[in-house]
This record gives sequence, structure tokens and C-alpha cells, in this order.
Amino acid sequence: MEELIQQVLGGIATGAIYACIALAVVMIYQAIDHFNFAQGEMAMFSAFLTWQMIDWGANYWVAFFVCIVISFIGGVAIERIVFAPLHNAPVFTHIVVFIALFQIFNAGAGFIWEFTIKEFPSPFPEKLPFDTVLIGPHELGMTLITLIMLGLIFSFFRFTSIGLAMRASAASPESARLVGISVGWMVALGWGLAAAIGAVGGMMIAPVVFLEPNMMLGILLYGFAGAVVGGLSSPGGAVVGGFLMGVIEPLAGMAIGSELKLTVALVVIVIILIFKPSGLFGRVVVQRV
Amino acid sequence: MAFLEVVNLEAFYGPIQALHGISFSLEQGGITTILGANGAGKTTTLRSICGMVKTAGQITFDGTSISGKKTENIVRHRVAHVPEGRGTFVRVTTEENLRLGAYTLKKSREIADSMERVYSYFPRLKERRNQQAGTLSGGEQQMLAVGRALMLRPRLMLLDEPSFGLAPLIVQELFEILGTINTEEKVSMLLVEQNATLALKLADHAYLLETGRVVISGTSEEISADETIRQSYLGY
Repeated sequence: MEELIQQVLGGIATGAIYACIALAVVMIYQAIDHFNFAQGEMAMFSAFLTWQMIDWGANYWVAFFVCIVISFIGGVAIERIVFAPLHNAPVFTHIVVFIALFQIFNAGAGFIWEFTIKEFPSPFPEKLPFDTVLIGPHELGMTLITLIMLGLIFSFFRFTSIGLAMRASAASPESARLVGISVGWMVALGWGLAAAIGAVGGMMIAPVVFLEPNMMLGILLYGFAGAVVGGLSSPGGAVVGGFLMGVIEPLAGMAIGSELKLTVALVVIVIILIFKPSGLFGRVVVQRV
Repeated sequence: MAFLEVVNLEAFYGPIQALHGISFSLEQGGITTILGANGAGKTTTLRSICGMVKTAGQITFDGTSISGKKTENIVRHRVAHVPEGRGTFVRVTTEENLRLGAYTLKKSREIADSMERVYSYFPRLKERRNQQAGTLSGGEQQMLAVGRALMLRPRLMLLDEPSFGLAPLIVQELFEILGTINTEEKVSMLLVEQNATLALKLADHAYLLETGRVVISGTSEEISADETIRQSYLGY
């Protein structure tokens, strides 16, 4: 029983990271209708930036927030420079560009920081103030940090006029322009936020999986699965889907052995796409005409 | 120079030319209507003014050239477009739709005032303020579209078939409100309508489009009295 609870709590902690990636993927999907395959690599690159700053002697939290800002600006820049000129291009063009971005970040990180595994510091204390064997301090810390960030993101979309404008632009770009919203900049802002959310996920998971250019591969796959499970039209659903995948992963590992764990993510994607293509929380828009 | 001056406007959808050099003008505070059959280019004319299609020619609004500008920047001249199909933001609430209409206003005081005014014209929208806008009836969504345009405190309103798909009583109510907005708030209007009788009653000037060209223009009285118009468009 204790092992089961441990596994579930550990699953929730990694699920928080999947939720970040799933949310980042869904935000970009809503804005441009394409899956960003490079989301994981962008997060990995952000984690390397933080590692570098810490290596140069920066305080962890200073590096953490500077990294979020740099990632945000980087996300905006990628959209403005690479994707804005492509926005009417066919699907295939987008796929090629995503693969290129993936390679650029992956090889770039390998070139700058080498492919050797690096230890990434955890900002949390080594011992929890209370005694428990159920969850480790880093797991608890990263769950809390992610939840705080998700709360901030949802408040931003719910309560600010820019958040509302971003939702409006994603759903009805033409009407959005007609009320004076610069839809292009809203899309860029979405990229910036997605990159920043991914960066938090990358920095939080790096101490667990260790830092190296390929560290996000499995996580990206689970993030995608979470996004599909929750529904690509529902950011909230994607977050729930991410947490679900986090819990399913260790349970599947316990049930069928860890060799097939990654396969589970793919099986879940396929099953959901067959039986409920809009995902568990995908919104079917009610509209009268 | 007139408030809105359109000279030799051409519009293109890819290789297809939809407008072949039309010219018209609108006086400040006036209501001009553009009549014509399906495919005559009425909607395209409105979309051209808002920079939503590729155009050639000159469009001047209140002395400033707006041709070739981006849609979102034209809106900043306080030109509000009530689009064909109403353009409702279906996933957000009625009130959020109205807030989006005031996106370019910065002062929260102005936004609150605008909201009050819209609710006084359309009390129904106030009742439905927290309802997802996609679930409103057709008439309510049309009121919402007009309301969203009013939120901008427009100087010019472009109305694309506001009567489309609505019950006659609701159409009558809507047009009365449009008349009030025009007289009390001095909002100039460019109205595109299939329902010529209705449009000519509200407007002071009219242009008749046929396959992308202006064929007849004049005051509403002149146009109403015109033999061909009466037979082809007014049907008596």
C-alpha cells in the first residue's frame, strides 16, 4: 500500500511536468493549429541556460527567473522570425520547421554544453520539515512550484484583458482584428508564454532526469499524451491530462514492467484518438445560428 | 472632402476581381446604404474599408488615408465593423464579448460607460451577461454584434446585413435602435442590406451595386422613386 501511495505521489510530481509541457503544446496548438514538436527541446535549452548561469555563480532563484524571462523573449522571437512569415504555409512546411527547430536546439545544446550528463541543482531543502517516506522534498517542491505557475497562468487568461484578447484571437482571429486586437502579436505572446511554461518544467525536472540534450524526449511524449487525453481545445484539460499521464506511468510500470512504460503513452494517445478524438475535456462548442 | 471618401476602389480575392473601381462617399452623421443582389460586392466593399481584402484605390476617412492599413489599426480610428455572420466570440460570455469590443479603449471609466450605454439600448444583453455568447439566439447575437461595435464609441459603423436571418419584429426593433444611435450619438453609418425597403427607410443616401460596379446612386427618396429599383429591388 505504501509503495502504491509513493508511486502515485511521485506520479503526480512528474505529472506536474507533463502538465507544463501539455499546456505549452496546447497553447501553441490553439494559436497556430500545429503541434510544436520542439517544445521539449526548447525547455531543455532553457534548463541548460539556467545551469550555465548557476555554474557562473548566480543564485538559483535569480537564474530561475532570468531563465523564464529569456525563454519568454526567445519564444516570442521564434514566432516573429520563423513562424509569422509561414502562417499560411501548408502543414508539411510547419512539420519540417518544427523538426528543424528540434534539431537546432538539440544539436545546439550538445555543441555548447556537450552530450555528457550534468547534475542540476534542486532549489529545495534536503529534508522536509515533517517526516514522511511518501514523497521526496524535490518532488513536493516541483509540484508546488508548477501548481503556483499554473494558477498564475489561468488567472492571467481569466482576469486580464490581454488574456481575454489572446483567447479571442485563438478562437476567432477575424473578429479579434475587427475589435482592434493585433492577432499576430497575440500569437507571439502565446509562444512566449509556452516557452516560459516549458522552461519552468525543464528546470524542475532536470534534477530528476539529469541534464543532457535528450532529457526531454520521454517527457515530451507524455506531455503530448496528456494534451491529447485532456483535449487539444482545452488548456485546463491538457493540465489534467498531464497529471493523469504522470500517475498512469508508474502504475503501468508496476503492472507490466518498466520496459513498456513509454509504450503506454503511445497506446493512450491512440486509444483516445480512436474513441474520443476531442479528448476528455475537449470542448464541443455550443452554438445557435 | 466627405467624412468617408472612397475613390476607384478595386478588390481582389486571389485572381478574381470583386470590385471594379467603385467610388462613393458618406457625410458625417449620415447613413448611406449599399444595395445590390447576392455577389454584387456589398460585403467586399465593407471588408475593403476595414483592410480585410486586397485592394487598390483610395479610401479616406476623416481626412486620413486608411487604404492599405491593417484591420486592427483602422479600428483605432474608431471605425466599428458589424460583420457578416455577426462574428460572435462564441466561447466567452456576453459581457466578455462587450469588453473585447472596447479593447482599444484604455480608460476603465470609458469602458464602464460604454457598457452601461449598450445595456440601456439592449437590456436583453444585460440579462444574458454571464451566458456563453454562442448560446444566445440569432437576434441576441446580432444585438451583441451591434453592442460590441458600440463599445468602441465609434465614429463610423459599418453594418453588414444586420437583418439577416432575424424575425421581422426583431428586425424592426434593431433598426429603430440603429436610428436612435445615429441621431443621438451622431454615429455615421454605412449599411449593407438585402432588404432594400428597410435600408432605404433608415438611410439618407443609397448606392446600387451590380457585379462590382456602382450603377445608380442618389438620395434615398430618389432611389426609392426610381422605376428599375422599385421593380427589381423593392418588388412592387
